[in-house]
Amino acid sequence: MSAPTLSTPIARRDFLKFSGVAGGGLVLGVYLRPVGSAFAADVAKPTAGGEFKPNAFIRIGTDNVVTLVSKQPEIGQGIKTSLPMIIAEQLEVNWKDVVIVQGDLDAAYGGQSAGGSRSTPNNYEAFNKLGATARTMLVEAAAQTWGVPASECNAMGTAVHHAASKRTLKYGELVAKAATLPVPDAAAVKLKDPKDYKLLGTRISGVDNPKIVSGKGLFGIDIKLPGMVYAIYEKCPVFGGKVVSANLDTIKALPGVKDAFVIEGAPAPLSGLMPGVAIVADSTWAAFSARKQLKVVWDEGKFANDSWDAFTAKATELSKKPAGATIHKDGDVAAGFASAAKTIEASYSYPFISHTSIEPQNCTAAFKDGAFEIWAPSQNPAAGQTAVMNQFSVPKEKVLVHLTRSGGGFGRRLSTDYVVEVAAIAHKLNGAPVKLTWSREDDMRHDQYRPGGFHYLKGGVDAAGKIVAWQNHFVTFGRMGTGRGGGAPSLQAVSGLDVEQFPAKFLTNYLGEQSMIECNIPTGPWRAPNNNVFSFVMQSFIDELAHAGGRDPLELRLELLSQKLGGNYNAERMSGVVKLVAEKADWNPKKFPRGKGQGIAFHFSHAGYIAQVAEVTVSKEGQVKVDRFVCACDVGSQIVNLSGAENQVEGSIVDGIGTAMFQELNLERGRMVQGNFDNYPMIRMPDAPTKIEVHFLKTNNTPTGLGEPAIPPVAPALANAIFAATGKRVRDFPFSRTDLRWS
Amino acid sequence: MSKYTLNVNGQSRSVDVAPDTPLLWVLRDHLDLVGTKFGCGVGQCGACSVHINGVSMRACMTAISTVGRKQITTIEGLDAAHSHPLQQAWCELDVPQCGYCQAGQIMTAAALLKDNPEPSDEDIDGAMANNLCRCATYLRIRAGIKRAAEIAKGGTGASASASPLATNKEAVK
Repeated sequence: MSAPTLSTPIARRDFLKFSGVAGGGLVLGVYLRPVGSAFAADVAKPTAGGEFKPNAFIRIGTDNVVTLVSKQPEIGQGIKTSLPMIIAEQLEVNWKDVVIVQGDLDAAYGGQSAGGSRSTPNNYEAFNKLGATARTMLVEAAAQTWGVPASECNAMGTAVHHAASKRTLKYGELVAKAATLPVPDAAAVKLKDPKDYKLLGTRISGVDNPKIVSGKGLFGIDIKLPGMVYAIYEKCPVFGGKVVSANLDTIKALPGVKDAFVIEGAPAPLSGLMPGVAIVADSTWAAFSARKQLKVVWDEGKFANDSWDAFTAKATELSKKPAGATIHKDGDVAAGFASAAKTIEASYSYPFISHTSIEPQNCTAAFKDGAFEIWAPSQNPAAGQTAVMNQFSVPKEKVLVHLTRSGGGFGRRLSTDYVVEVAAIAHKLNGAPVKLTWSREDDMRHDQYRPGGFHYLKGGVDAAGKIVAWQNHFVTFGRMGTGRGGGAPSLQAVSGLDVEQFPAKFLTNYLGEQSMIECNIPTGPWRAPNNNVFSFVMQSFIDELAHAGGRDPLELRLELLSQKLGGNYNAERMSGVVKLVAEKADWNPKKFPRGKGQGIAFHFSHAGYIAQVAEVTVSKEGQVKVDRFVCACDVGSQIVNLSGAENQVEGSIVDGIGTAMFQELNLERGRMVQGNFDNYPMIRMPDAPTKIEVHFLKTNNTPTGLGEPAIPPVAPALANAIFAATGKRVRDFPFSRTDLRWS
Repeated sequence: MSKYTLNVNGQSRSVDVAPDTPLLWVLRDHLDLVGTKFGCGVGQCGACSVHINGVSMRACMTAISTVGRKQITTIEGLDAAHSHPLQQAWCELDVPQCGYCQAGQIMTAAALLKDNPEPSDEDIDGAMANNLCRCATYLRIRAGIKRAAEIAKGGTGASASASPLATNKEAVK
């Protein structure tokens, strides 16, 4: 049986068929073995007497240990615990009998990208069937051993039982027999009734927690290989700038330095191998120290005079001109405004921000005998593999990629710049394994940023406070590129307004328009991309219109949700969580004294319907304290790991508060000003809410992910609560720039 | 390069490094103690928190030449069986998300609990304010420190609730 190639995505049915072959498993070997027990421990050894391997994900030994492979990159979203839980549930094994190992990049596992909160919905059905298929085979093995019908046997607690004869065989005792059985057709395998679930929906502590709390090496940055050297890579502070010259001879003479060289790279695309200078040394510190002496003459290119201030002025100018494009239009906004009893205008803005995953980008690679071996803390290891294949013209089988745990992702590690950089250094070294470590300053000044943006809004309400017209002119950034379909280079929007961005298709008179400012800043997905800012703008402006029309912000929202004109937005699911959060938060904004307030917001993204209520206290001096956040989520019929799900929502709320309150990057002379946490403040414990409450509304829909959808409503719920407390409307990220003093 | 003999987790360890090498990189690159993490290099994030003579310090800001024979404790040496009350509480309450900062959080919290076995919320917020958690697990860290304080007092049973947030329930439509 030939393995499917990565360039041809495996359809779900084929994936099941492929992985449902007994004996299928890892197809790649390991050339190098990392130093340290934690990585080595992830390679399970077969037990004496054989093992049962019904597919690439499950191995059961004669010792009754059940080894499950986690195929997805673990970036803190808890997938290494939750996806194996699905198999374990259907397999009817005790969780204590389960050992989870991290899979390498391998076509046998199907897709392995952690992005878009897609890991759960893309794998839920398949993983249920993987577990149920293996359980069916074990039951059959027991039935044949006992000479009884399989229908009289039941699986429970890593064993098969025959109630009539009171006999039990542990799975470990069935290994030899089960391994000889044909794998049943996945479509014919019976899944458990969700009412019988013992594991799914319960709170399970993360499988790596014991290693995390005892300091075992798990992360990409912890990799150490025999003979490994350490590298830094200096790039032009103006994105895409080229190396003219560097004092390489001086650098090579410094203590501990083994080599220093220019990598030509290419100034575009901004996510590829950028031009730069590599220093290779015998320790991280030797490389960092040598870098302090590095002097590079750069050709900074034509964007070296760009600045955020100039972008802001340009956005104001564009806002006064006809928009570049109409994204969606319903009815006639001019007529709507003409009929309005009250019309308001407001402009909103947000800056570029960094992902700041706490583990700086790093990657380890060796190039030997024409082949790469790479250890990547990556959200998208296949993209890294492809980037290396394309950069060095090597076939896929010459690029072996190991997945490590990542110290945060947030979308940053979907990009492959750091992977291809270390590959370029390893290629030059031709033999020695090398670890590339970015400094925090590299990480913040060479991110794939969440793009900034500007919105110019106008809304009208009638005498009853009903919204009768809505106009949003979005000024975004564009970069020269060829787009997904190829063709002649043109300005491509780095963030675009969606046709169905709420309240589009809920208002009779709606106009969504877009204009672009050219820039050359690398941008990429940042946790709930686009939604994390659009929700702030839309849900804040809805609040402004509610107050302008003398309406309760909750009641106006429910009215809006009741007047859907068309499209894919599920207004019923959203109304469900809005009503639930209002009930759980005891929605009653009038009960709060001045200086305290309650704000509400909702948002749909990444298949999740989320509504939140924030309660804040704002001191007369303008200090904001978040007292309580209540969140209602509809992510389908089944929560996989309740603890993990709650943790994602709690983290999203605190992350959302921190991002809204504090974060901004400033561009001057084409380069990012901020470089570290001393001038780029992150939320810290004293600013975290006192209390967060998370509620899940189960609906009859496919279970979906929680890494992202709880982020977008946070900023508007907070801004709306601040307005309720102070009468001050926050329209710009970071909120810390708005004077919130009141008297 | 200079030779240094360090007292790390109760053991004598010798290294030959440049005098300005931060303790962080000596631990990670030379002694293979990778539980102490690099996050910022400027003493802002706390991922590299270790104890030096019992006090929580930033290993990224501590030049090896200044350490001498002071007792260094890293996350690997916090408890011989890795069952310090904080380590137990962190697993029990499922505190980590990505987990990268958590060794530093635990080391700072351990120093707090040693001086203040029953810290208030304000004590906890004050002591932990210099440790960043990018996944923003701060509410669970707070709950974890309180649970560890209970465990240290002899409360070895399960915590009052299975979750740090007792009010969480699945609503069924």
